[in-house]
Amino acid sequence: MEPRTSVIEKRLKDINRIIAVASGKGGVGKSLVASSLALHLAQKSYRVGLLDLDLYGPSSHIILGVKDEFPIEEKGIIPPKIHGISFMSIVYFTGEKPSPFRGVDISNIILELLAITQWGSLDFLIIDMPPGIGNETLDVIRYMKTSEFLVVTTPSKVAMGAVGKLLMILLELKKPVLGVIENMTMTDSSFIKKEVHRLQARYLGKIHFDEHLEESIGKPDRLLKTLAMKDLSRILQKIKL
Amino acid sequence: MHEWALAESIVMAAVEEAQKEKLKKITQVTVFIGELQQIEKEIFLFALNELAKSQKPPIIKDAFLLKTEKSTLTCKNCGENWKYDDMKKKLNETESESIHFIPEVVFVHARCPRCGSPDFEITKGRGVLISSIKGVR
Repeated sequence: MEPRTSVIEKRLKDINRIIAVASGKGGVGKSLVASSLALHLAQKSYRVGLLDLDLYGPSSHIILGVKDEFPIEEKGIIPPKIHGISFMSIVYFTGEKPSPFRGVDISNIILELLAITQWGSLDFLIIDMPPGIGNETLDVIRYMKTSEFLVVTTPSKVAMGAVGKLLMILLELKKPVLGVIENMTMTDSSFIKKEVHRLQARYLGKIHFDEHLEESIGKPDRLLKTLAMKDLSRILQKIKL
Repeated sequence: MHEWALAESIVMAAVEEAQKEKLKKITQVTVFIGELQQIEKEIFLFALNELAKSQKPPIIKDAFLLKTEKSTLTCKNCGENWKYDDMKKKLNETESESIHFIPEVVFVHARCPRCGSPDFEITKGRGVLISSIKGVR
């Protein structure tokens, strides 16, 4: 009998809102949106946690500039605070080595992380999701029942094809979708907006391609001052974040 | 002491199951401890006994029976079987501790001793499991 599922609800009970930043497609900027959202909320003095569930290719730690921090072992593990954010990632246990996990291992890791992480009281827990609708998405839906989804795409028709499938499954399962952010835009095309509306989801707006953004990776103070962050803040106002 | 968090999951799961089965008292919970997770048995048992106090239905004193399950790792590439014991000398302290927290990171820090593949599976002895619950109706 699997005991870990019994304790997850208790671990999450003092978290007011859980927001999963997701996409059907990789490389659209989910991690950057998730980290920026967490920084934005922490700057507004909310108590914020960030859980990187991209187990094959974790990258939130790179964006936040995490160096030698490690969780504290205390009746479980307490995530270290990075720029005011309680940050949990598989990277504490893998270092920078490759992670060749199969599906069943992914679910086991997620269960273990949810069972042993002591988040304490949080206003928001942001989840940086991996791309697609595989184990991680299904496990978040299964074990983190109050999760809301913030979906990210790029202006590409290819990205939107996969993002559309994620939206369809979330809507079919009646999961709350806060809306869709169009990231890295370079034109005024309305293609994504129309597609999102066709799928009966909320279109939240564009984050323009910011050629200086890369210089802010690993430097959260600089990241907060980028043009991309300004666009994101404007979008987040629409959903009262 | 992350054993506490795992002990908490055992106690909560046992109580949930006992409530489902309408038990008035839990008299024995047999727990398998997978070798890979390298649980400190004394700490784990202490946590279980502390957490067992004032549960509904009550869990009698010394109800927990711990059994260590030796691990078996099986290579999907060449079929080799081996145990965590066989390979732990090759792991440094950080790697070993990481496997203690998340047993699946064994795929990150170890390889098949025969063919070097990272594509193996944990067929036995991963982590903690409840194998049986006994009680009085």
